[in-house]
Amino acid sequence: MLDSIFFYFFAGLAVVSAILMVTRRNAVHSAIFLVTALLATAGIFLQLHAEFLFIVQVILYVGGIMVLFVFVIMLVNLDVAVRQMRFNRMWVVGLLLTLALGAQVYMVYRYVRMGDAPSLFNMAPAPAAQLEPNTQLIGQALFSDPYVLPFELASILLLVSMIGAVVMAKRKV
Amino acid sequence: MLSISHYLVLSLALFTIGVIGVVTRRNVIIILMSIELILNAVNINLVAFSRLMGSVNGQVFAIFVITDAAAEAAVGLGIIIAFFRNRETVLEDEMDLLKW
Amino acid sequence: MLQNLIDFFRPHVWPLLFALVIVAVVPLLAGYIVLLERKVMADMQARLGPMRVGPHGLLQPIADAVKLLLKEDIIPESADKWIFWLAPLLSVTTAMLAMAVIPFGPFFQIADLNIGILFLLGVGSLGVYGIVLGGWASNSHYSLMGALRSSAQLVSYETAAGMAVVSALMFGGALSTRALVEAQSQSHMWFIFLAPVGFFLYLVASIAETNRAPFDLPEAESELVAGYMTEYSGFRWALYFLAEYANMIVVSSIATVLFLGGWLRPFPNTRALDFLDYVPMLLMLLVGVYSLYRAPKQPVAVQKMFMVGVAGLCFLLAIVLALPVFAPAGSLLASMKPGLHGAFWFLAKVATYLYVFLWLRFTFPRYRFDQLMALGWHFLIPVSIANVLGVGIALYLHRSADDGGKGWPLAAALVLTTAITLLLAGWLAKKSDLRERVPAGERF
Repeated sequence: MLDSIFFYFFAGLAVVSAILMVTRRNAVHSAIFLVTALLATAGIFLQLHAEFLFIVQVILYVGGIMVLFVFVIMLVNLDVAVRQMRFNRMWVVGLLLTLALGAQVYMVYRYVRMGDAPSLFNMAPAPAAQLEPNTQLIGQALFSDPYVLPFELASILLLVSMIGAVVMAKRKV
Repeated sequence: MLSISHYLVLSLALFTIGVIGVVTRRNVIIILMSIELILNAVNINLVAFSRLMGSVNGQVFAIFVITDAAAEAAVGLGIIIAFFRNRETVLEDEMDLLKW
Repeated sequence: MLQNLIDFFRPHVWPLLFALVIVAVVPLLAGYIVLLERKVMADMQARLGPMRVGPHGLLQPIADAVKLLLKEDIIPESADKWIFWLAPLLSVTTAMLAMAVIPFGPFFQIADLNIGILFLLGVGSLGVYGIVLGGWASNSHYSLMGALRSSAQLVSYETAAGMAVVSALMFGGALSTRALVEAQSQSHMWFIFLAPVGFFLYLVASIAETNRAPFDLPEAESELVAGYMTEYSGFRWALYFLAEYANMIVVSSIATVLFLGGWLRPFPNTRALDFLDYVPMLLMLLVGVYSLYRAPKQPVAVQKMFMVGVAGLCFLLAIVLALPVFAPAGSLLASMKPGLHGAFWFLAKVATYLYVFLWLRFTFPRYRFDQLMALGWHFLIPVSIANVLGVGIALYLHRSADDGGKGWPLAAALVLTTAITLLLAGWLAKKSDLRERVPAGERF
């Protein structure tokens, strides 16, 4: 029962923050609402007993990426933006098409099943007491057989993107 | 009782809101932030399935998604800063010429 | 129904009580650390410091708090009101939140998360928002520049601090703070002796993380007025100040838990050195005797009585600390020994670390901002990476041959790798001699 309370709290916070984020006029307010949406997502991870991912989300996403966003918003902050239109000229079409897409995906979740397999929609996960320590499992997976190569490639990717970002933001190349 | 459907619907809701943000807003930075929201919705989906299946693969994939989101945000924001220095605008419909 | 409710809340009663104690005590403690700082500063400058308000100035923080509460709350007209209100809250909340996983003693911990250290690092990175949003919301150039500089500094030194922490974690083998202290008990010595380079890296990085001198350019009065705190006055400023000193306490506690053995005495768990258990009591006796010695030399009668009162308090504490040591083993009094002595050692270590902070503030001149960033990126991060590599190689060399290692004794492996790391650090320091550095173009 406590599980459900936490889930609905974090889910509600995430959805409300997301809606507020895409409708604010001021970009810094949008950034703050994205921060709350990301923290609510971290809460969902914690509620799913994925504690390492919870803390990685907080450290990297909220504490790293969003700080970068807030910096850039402050650098390009224009007062003119306050008086301009928020949405582009085709917002009605965009909104309707996206809602149709969402409805289609929901239909897929709800009604599609493969052969005689039971519908995915009502499966419940195993009880939490049988889980092993989460950090250890992820560490073992990342540093040994399945995922060590993608791990090393991810670090090269980060190096490349760091060099790219530095070069692009320089005034004279 | 919570089942996988709750997490799937939440993930779908966040994904849809993110796509609405990308398709509808004019400010390029808010478009980038909506893309981050989409990536988070995908992460919720991955972690929910990882818990359902009892395997750690979903969470490892989610870590890689977060890493790639960081790389992409850094490069994207670098591009925005470079563009802003040249054209003084961050609105998508004013970024419509390839050269002067 | 009522029984269900009681059973539901029962495991949360002690943590709630601890949380109440921490929320009540930490602001008061932060205020008294401000007074302590002024007294230490005065001592190093051969003067007396605040002496007027209360005996020896001890009611000064209370007077300051009352004054700040009664001040007019000014909000600049073109400031963003919601964010202006939110920013000091964020700073204070993250500083207090970090206290939840710190083990102040073997029983005094609010929540023993099994990702405790990562939680502390995460909450530290959330603290950047309080500064950045505060500077932006004030809608003034000085605030924005100060905020951007301060947050750039924080973000740069977070990486170095995190990697210094990792080098201690490799010896501990767990992320939970309680497990780390118990690992230090298992290995019979504090991790500062096993990873000294990590400790010094963390010392420097933590001074930069809390915006203290010599890294306090973003908030120094002669530089940017007061940086991101410029437009804040009255109690909002007090919240920022409280957040800064609470952050200092948190950072000292992290260093204590990781490197200085938490609540353990020096060389824990070795029977041969059990006489060290008498040290807390002897220390308090010493302080009490010194207070009695100084009492007749005070100029004013109130101060004489105050010194005698302090001496009495010290003797009382000495008796409280001595009781568990002299009580027969297995009785209730003896079982309170880890708790009482643990609290004493923890507070003593945190106080020592804070004293080093205060000492460094009044000793070194301030770093210029580009020198600061160069120190973080060009020196601290390479040395911390080398340190992590070094500790990893030392642990590999130490593992016994059937586990895949080489079986060297731990001391030999550690001496070798620490020497290599220090050589690298020396070479880097010489190569980027910061005294010659000229600020180029426009850097933040």
